[in-house]
Amino acid sequence: MTELQKTTEPAAQTPSGDPFLSVRDLRIHFDTDDGLVRSVDGVSFDLHKGRTLGIVGESGSGKSVTSLGIMGLHRSKRARISGEIRLNGEDLIAAGPERVRQLRGRELAMIFQDPLTAMHPYYTVGAQIVEAYRVHHPQATKKQARARAIEMLDRVGIPQPDRRVDDYPHQFSGGMRQRAMIAMALVNDPSLLIADEPTTALDVTVQAQILDLIRDLQEEFGSAVIIITHDLGVVAELADDILVMYGGKCIERGPAETLFDAPEHPYTWGLLGSMPRLDRELQERLVPVKGTPPSLINVPSGCAFHPRCPYAALTGGRSTSELPVLTEAAPGHYAACHLPADERHRIFAEEIAPRL
Amino acid sequence: MFAYIIRRIFAAVVLLLVVSAVTFAIFFLLPRIAGETADQLAAQYIGKNPSPEAIAAVKQNLGFDQPLYTQYWNFLKGLVGGAEYKFGPDPVTCHVPCFGYSFKNHLEVWPELTKRVPVTISLAIGAAVIWLVSGVATGVVSALKPRSIFDRLSMGIALAGVSLPVFFTGALLLTLFSYEWPILDNLEYVDFTADPLMWARNLMLPWISLAFLYSALYARLTRAGMLETMSEDYIRTARAKGLVERKVVVRHGLRSALTPIVTIFGMDLGLLLGGALITEQVFSLQGVGQFAVQAISDNDLPKILGVTLLAAFFVVACNLVVDLLYALVDPRVRLS
Amino acid sequence: MTDTQATEAAAIPSPAPASDREPLLKVTGLTRHFPIRGGLLRRQTGAVRAVDGIDFTVNAGETLGVVGESGCGKSTMGRLVTRLDEPTGGTIEFEGTDITHLGVGAMRPMRRDIQMIFQDPYSSLNPRHTVGTIVSAPFKLQGVQPEGGVKKAVQDLLELCGLSPEHYNRYPHEFSGGQRQRIGIARALALKPKMIIADEPVSALDVSIQAQVVNLLDDLQQELGLTYLIIAHDLSVVRHVSDRVAVMYLGKIVEIADRDSLYRSPMHPYTNALMSAVPVPDPRRRQRAGRERILLKGDVPSPINPPSGCRFRTRCWKAQEVCATQEPTLTALKTGHQVACHFPEQGEGND
Repeated sequence: MTELQKTTEPAAQTPSGDPFLSVRDLRIHFDTDDGLVRSVDGVSFDLHKGRTLGIVGESGSGKSVTSLGIMGLHRSKRARISGEIRLNGEDLIAAGPERVRQLRGRELAMIFQDPLTAMHPYYTVGAQIVEAYRVHHPQATKKQARARAIEMLDRVGIPQPDRRVDDYPHQFSGGMRQRAMIAMALVNDPSLLIADEPTTALDVTVQAQILDLIRDLQEEFGSAVIIITHDLGVVAELADDILVMYGGKCIERGPAETLFDAPEHPYTWGLLGSMPRLDRELQERLVPVKGTPPSLINVPSGCAFHPRCPYAALTGGRSTSELPVLTEAAPGHYAACHLPADERHRIFAEEIAPRL
Repeated sequence: MFAYIIRRIFAAVVLLLVVSAVTFAIFFLLPRIAGETADQLAAQYIGKNPSPEAIAAVKQNLGFDQPLYTQYWNFLKGLVGGAEYKFGPDPVTCHVPCFGYSFKNHLEVWPELTKRVPVTISLAIGAAVIWLVSGVATGVVSALKPRSIFDRLSMGIALAGVSLPVFFTGALLLTLFSYEWPILDNLEYVDFTADPLMWARNLMLPWISLAFLYSALYARLTRAGMLETMSEDYIRTARAKGLVERKVVVRHGLRSALTPIVTIFGMDLGLLLGGALITEQVFSLQGVGQFAVQAISDNDLPKILGVTLLAAFFVVACNLVVDLLYALVDPRVRLS
Repeated sequence: MTDTQATEAAAIPSPAPASDREPLLKVTGLTRHFPIRGGLLRRQTGAVRAVDGIDFTVNAGETLGVVGESGCGKSTMGRLVTRLDEPTGGTIEFEGTDITHLGVGAMRPMRRDIQMIFQDPYSSLNPRHTVGTIVSAPFKLQGVQPEGGVKKAVQDLLELCGLSPEHYNRYPHEFSGGQRQRIGIARALALKPKMIIADEPVSALDVSIQAQVVNLLDDLQQELGLTYLIIAHDLSVVRHVSDRVAVMYLGKIVEIADRDSLYRSPMHPYTNALMSAVPVPDPRRRQRAGRERILLKGDVPSPINPPSGCRFRTRCWKAQEVCATQEPTLTALKTGHQVACHFPEQGEGND
């Protein structure tokens, strides 16, 4: 447990007992022709069974690569991974790829953004669920596996599951496909479900159905859930804890309530300020974050957010030279920002909160 | 699906009719446009210094004096009902399907042609199997280990293969294995039913030389297809299920990557006659290709027509099979 | 509410929203059916009724937002209005001129006035052309020689859209998504159009970038007096940019109203369901929202064979017999608020 030496980056305060998933200083870098891409650069968090962690970030923030790293799906010749991913105490990075494969689909399951491209177009929905089941239940007969597939389709709310099981993915509607994906992911009762933008490709009424379904299933199976999304509304619906990523790093982490009520990091303020909200009076103007997200090859020095941060000048130059570390700003709520906490709270109360 | 099949078959038949009409027109209309009269055309069928009476008789008997569409109609009638040519004193019957009658060597075209078909088919099928297996296998391995030594080496050989014509590789193989080290000499065609082993042994060199070019092409195609497929989302899903890599590659990757290969394979099989023609020349095989070469050098119109139609039939039939196969492979085609 | 009341309501003359000037764009009974062929002889066996008789107007200087879920016909409607697609029926009038069936040649002068912005800033720009070539393309196509030369005009446009004039010789791949969308907007503005039709202009962009583009569209409207027709699925973005909003379901407009009226007191059950489904970035509302949320069952029915009467009735919790037999007409129940429903909500927001 040498990786735990960073006392400034402890895991969030979560319910007692050992966390089911514990990630410490995870780094995933890719060698490319253009240079080293630091997709994930030192991310730590804990997740208990029955809890939901939301990972929020824009494209290129490293949120999806983090999840692929946990699943062991990042593996390519050019990927370098370090740190610790402990699942039920077992370090997945130290474990061989064969061991991770055995866990994949059984203990760890994943659903993806676009269910149309994530399912094989040439096999029936049933066949794909059966395949997922029989990988980890080799003793099951085809008939048993098929019965299990129908049972799962029924559980995720697909009408006439015994008939739809023989349909191909393109014969399903978008919402139905995502339900089928969920059925496939849950067919082996995994302890950890990772949902990568599970509703981004769906319509808003269908999105509401799917979010509801994920919440119900989690209550029923008591699994741990990681939901990865760019949509703050979606995480607010599901997550107990939220981790905000920027430029491959975690810049803020805390319980969902406090993160939305009292966000600590200027980037989080920016995200909240730039989205129009239906639950608020109409603003005259949105407050965008200036500039564009950083390239992961050329991450800005010091705080990666400093070129876009309106308050970078208030740090006395530290924002460009010094990497901010995650520090506890409120109980269980961490932020990586050079601004002193008092200063941040003042700015938030005076300038940001009235606009949100 | 049923309507789709019927529609495809119907389209294939129409296509064949069009091809036959166009071929017919090219062979019988073009000489006229070039200024050849019906008399000169008829004169070709008689020996030297034909008498005007003989020419007139041939012209009438063979229908050269009739309008072209009537000639075409008679040709079609011959295909399904046979024909009788009153050439000389005794009428000659041309049995169903009558593809014409060669007046150069007084033989019906169709039986002559069918005699040659097994040779060409043997050559084509053997070569196809070799190139499909070796090409796809090489392509898959290359795609799974891009930039590896195997990948670079096989793609280098593939590049050479694409650029080397059959008459070069064929001649090279022949020199090496028939003359230099006579492992495979006396390459007479032996019928498969007579002696399968000899059949395979004697066709081995023609197969390899014909397959080499295609194999290289297919290796490159498969590699590109596999590289694309393996980056698809559903491959990630398959891995996320915990499938072993071999199953991910074969069941999920190859299955998709093969679909376009099947299409191209069907078309190539139909077009193989061109390649077979050269191979047959190099290895002196009495196949359809040689028959065609012979017919052209003899200016034997009915034979040329027959070969052309047979080739067209193969191409159309292969395309039909590919279309149906495609629907079978890709459920999205089948059900839409 | 009974039928008689509905007819009475229909008798009220349709209110001229916002201004009583001649509308810039007037769409009447617009229809687009995509034929489906089948059987042995490929005869037409049916039609996808993508757009099935919609009426609306857009006045000069205002923004009409069109929302709806995928498959509701909103994008097809956008393509019809820009005449990228041929309507099956109905009329489209632009500044009083009927452009419904104008050919490519006759449409060319119109193209100056109506421009389009597309969803995907990655595929809508030719990767082999420089920014200068892309933005100046409309000048060449229309044979326009701008004052001070093409290059100067393009650089002005780039600056107007928040890009640097030095970007003139760069290629699209050197830009981020938000910047590419700005290039697309600059191209659309080249000929000083009167109207811009934007199909999902920000949905492919990151949240922090979306706000930049939304603000840019806002500024351009103020500066150049543009008229917008903005098609989007995101209700909060549409609320932010629109003066009036139309809600589409299965090829029909089910509700069209002034923005505030629609968002404060939506009358159509579908609009209500849509709004309650939008996730709100406020975890405290989760428990409450769980109760309040109207969760629609099932999927949108097929536009090939839409339900009889009211198309929403199969998923509507208020549906009665009349909904299956009689199609509700789009009726003004309040000034500037039209709804097509037999049992509209009469919410608290009746101002």
